[in-house]
Amino acid sequence: MSNVPANLKYAASHEWMLLNADGSVTVGITDHAQEALGDLVFVELPEVGAHFDAEKEIAVVESVKAAADVYAPIAGTVTEVNQAAADAPESVNQDAYAAWLFKMTPDNVADLDKMLDAAAYQAVADAA
Amino acid sequence: MLKQTVLNAAHRAMGARMVDFGGWDMPVNYGSQIEEHHAVRTNCGMFDVSHMCPVDVVGADCRAFLSRLVANDVAKLKVSGKALYAAMLNEAGGVIDDLIIYFLTETRFRIVVNAGTAEKDLAWMQAKVAEWKLDVTITQRRDGANALGIIAVQGPNARAKVWEVLPQAKAAIADLKPFFAAEVDQYFIASTGYTGEDGYEIMLPAGEAEAMWNKLNASGVAPCGLGARDTLRLEAGMNLYGQDMDETVSPLDAGLAWTVSLNTERDFVGKAALTAAGQQKQFLGLVLLDKGVLRGHQKAITAQGEGEITSGSFSPTLQQSIALARLPLGVQVGDEVEVDIRGKLLKAKVVKPVFARNGKAVI
Repeated sequence: MSNVPANLKYAASHEWMLLNADGSVTVGITDHAQEALGDLVFVELPEVGAHFDAEKEIAVVESVKAAADVYAPIAGTVTEVNQAAADAPESVNQDAYAAWLFKMTPDNVADLDKMLDAAAYQAVADAA
Repeated sequence: MLKQTVLNAAHRAMGARMVDFGGWDMPVNYGSQIEEHHAVRTNCGMFDVSHMCPVDVVGADCRAFLSRLVANDVAKLKVSGKALYAAMLNEAGGVIDDLIIYFLTETRFRIVVNAGTAEKDLAWMQAKVAEWKLDVTITQRRDGANALGIIAVQGPNARAKVWEVLPQAKAAIADLKPFFAAEVDQYFIASTGYTGEDGYEIMLPAGEAEAMWNKLNASGVAPCGLGARDTLRLEAGMNLYGQDMDETVSPLDAGLAWTVSLNTERDFVGKAALTAAGQQKQFLGLVLLDKGVLRGHQKAITAQGEGEITSGSFSPTLQQSIALARLPLGVQVGDEVEVDIRGKLLKAKVVKPVFARNGKAVI
């Protein structure tokens, strides 16, 4: 059974989001996603300053087994990336909620309200 | 409905992550694929390969049949127990399957074929027996009352672990050279494998497989999933049917020329096509110099033209990405090429297609 923290928002494409005090949103992949992918060996992060529409491919995580796209859960501009996750992809396996991938400033912070809560995401993960 | 091997419940009990593997419900890992990979390179691990299909070939004309059936020459099988890796070709010279043939007696051979190709292989073999009017009976041993389970135990400590669990077989199997088999009671134990490590593949009555699996585990053999099996075989430079070659690919273009015996009078299915076409591509290894992961179907751009990666992954032993690739003739080991990964051109070095064996990197 994977871990789905109650304080986060989720996308059905298996990203988690945390709204920070400064209005930025931290994004990573869920525990369910890292478990499904298996041992991660490569993380490709977006460019800081780049803008992405919602549901656009923004990053790539690759396990020994397969490559998976990470999607921008909401529209926004990348403000920071977690180079430590790219340098040590296994950190995402170890704690998917600590090893965030990037932060973005949302075009419209209200977009977050449309995302899944923990219970709704748990249902998605259980069905996968 | 996915097919299950006789070890399905045992995998679940050991916490396997199960996936649909060509219609079979199989363990991809039991936690960490990379740890399982290292277990095989440094100690030992075991794989359920009961989805593969043993085929018994019995009758007076066995040798004549196999001599025409496959591209390698069964005349090389002179000693009882010897095994031969071979490709079974169609008339166009494409690979129907790659398989291992074990020579037991002049009237009894055993073949092990791939899981996904078993039905078409059996149909092809039956058709050839009828066409060539030979005294040969083909019997699959994967399903039904006489079904066999197959457990591969691989790694530097694999032999000792198997002797511990099957002491009655030790005398017969202790000194097996690579690519031999011995039959001991109900066990068929072969010194073959798909990892580049020493070890055995054990065929046994399906009903005994779970007890054997649990005994091996109790003696310290790590259960390993098909994920680790794939990275191990890739590091060892061993082809995977359906990825590195298929019915549209000549064995000469898939790095299997060493298994094709063209220089004798012997005729075999596909020989004329291979002789006419010759080698069109070369099968080589790639090591990615930039960060990223090589995968099947990525394009490789060389000074001699485009090639294609057929299998790629991350190598746990080398800690970088490696691949097998079909490249234009003229590309040399040591050349630098570019690989198109999601639109970016990354640098890779051409190497001989063997990356790691016997616990060590070999490039």
